[in-house]
Amino acid sequence: MEVVLIACGSFNPITNMHLRMFELARDHLQDTEKYRVVRGIISPVGDGYRKKGLIEARHRVEMARLATKTSDWIEVDTWESLQPDWVETAKVVRHHYEELKAAQRDQGEDGTVSCGKKRRMEEEHPSTNEAQPPQLFLLCGADVLESFGVPNLWKPEDVEELAGHGVVCITRGGSDPEKFVHQSDVLWRHRRNIHLVREWVTNEVSATHVRRSLRRGRSVRYLLPDAVVTYVKEERLYSAQSEQKNADVVLAPLARYADAGPS
Amino acid sequence: MAAGRIPLVLLACGSFNPITNQHMRLFELARDHMHSTGNYQVVKGIVSPVSDGYGKQGLVSAEHRNAMAKLALQTSDWIKVDEWESDQPDWTETVITMRHHHGCILKQYQQSTGPSPQLKLLCGADFLEGFRVPGLWQPEDLEELAGAYGLVCVSRGGLQPERAAHESDTLWRHRRNVFLVREWVRNEASATEVRRALRRGLSAKYLLPDAVVDYIGRHALYTDASESKNQGTLLRPLAKQYPPGGTGGSLG
Repeated sequence: MEVVLIACGSFNPITNMHLRMFELARDHLQDTEKYRVVRGIISPVGDGYRKKGLIEARHRVEMARLATKTSDWIEVDTWESLQPDWVETAKVVRHHYEELKAAQRDQGEDGTVSCGKKRRMEEEHPSTNEAQPPQLFLLCGADVLESFGVPNLWKPEDVEELAGHGVVCITRGGSDPEKFVHQSDVLWRHRRNIHLVREWVTNEVSATHVRRSLRRGRSVRYLLPDAVVTYVKEERLYSAQSEQKNADVVLAPLARYADAGPS
Repeated sequence: MAAGRIPLVLLACGSFNPITNQHMRLFELARDHMHSTGNYQVVKGIVSPVSDGYGKQGLVSAEHRNAMAKLALQTSDWIKVDEWESDQPDWTETVITMRHHHGCILKQYQQSTGPSPQLKLLCGADFLEGFRVPGLWQPEDLEELAGAYGLVCVSRGGLQPERAAHESDTLWRHRRNVFLVREWVRNEASATEVRRALRRGLSAKYLLPDAVVDYIGRHALYTDASESKNQGTLLRPLAKQYPPGGTGGSLG
């Protein structure tokens, strides 16, 4: 079964740890011998998210592009970052899933050449069902999975939708995602779609740490791809000032769901 | 260079089997730390891969380890690979390597005015643990390392260099020459883990520079076979201590 991985997040900035998540997820899924990961998508969040310290999307997108130049399967998608308002992750996944389905349909409409090719492919890869679009799995860290429980951060029906598609969760030191899945009825119901990848090698290099180091004039070389380090320096991103952005503003999902009130 | 600062060269000795982003982070962290003391100007970093004679299990040839380190450091403007140690016919004690490099540095700075340049050993906290292994270090070598040169030691995982420094009388006596750098984020992507991943056909991308990942792929370097190399062989520093047939000094 073909799989596409999508990671939504601030990527503020993208780090080697983010990129490692993709590699780990791909290795894990292909090791099950049930999945073939064909593509990875990095979808940086839009500025409308209003997270403290979130710098402009155009920089975050460019850094992610620089970071994935040497990857032959991971790419950056700007759809989410270009939307005027913050977009729920479930909507982003829905959007990309529709695109995958459309691409599948376009392939199927190519006529006789395509039919012959399909037949040959089915003979070579009998398990591949060419009529099905690839599965789209949300790739995330354990902290995101656990954030499903934070009040007003996620809509219950969105969690349901995401779990329905599939989630690949990379454990991060200090979390226990298995326990969390066990304690959440929604996640437990979809447990077969939730793939937990144990990261045996602790890697706590977070974007937060990177920003902190940069504010303090410390080197972040080898925590991010070289091209990103250069870009950060040239554009003078990440200062005490940039970290204060959105300091007095409410995070978009909290604002949106709190406003909605009890239905 | 800021007036009055001591020119400082950081030397890292190790297997570099292979070199990883974690190794190179040591240099960056150490440089930042030493600059922030206000007393030093780090002018150079040296990666000195150990010679094949070390006899460590899984050690691939120095030729490859040097090539990978060179590729990794292509984009660094201050850290270089030096092959002197790996070129020596036998394994070389760290202090001997330090003496060699210190000599080179003094020659370079012969003409300049200002403070005399210094050389310090750069290492992770695990390195200090090695001081406690019987026979691995000669007491007089440890004395020279800490007294004549000094160390810059970066914390690693749960290992706190403070404890190892505290537990060694030699290090304690020369504590003003021992600089302990706290690495606040754990980043345990060690060469051991990298080799493990590669043996299992898993990705090591983003743990090492791309050029090194490519090199390893092209030469099919790290396999079950390569990890078995030197299995059962005594590590050279220990073999030197206890030659076959003799009982060595401290066994009595």
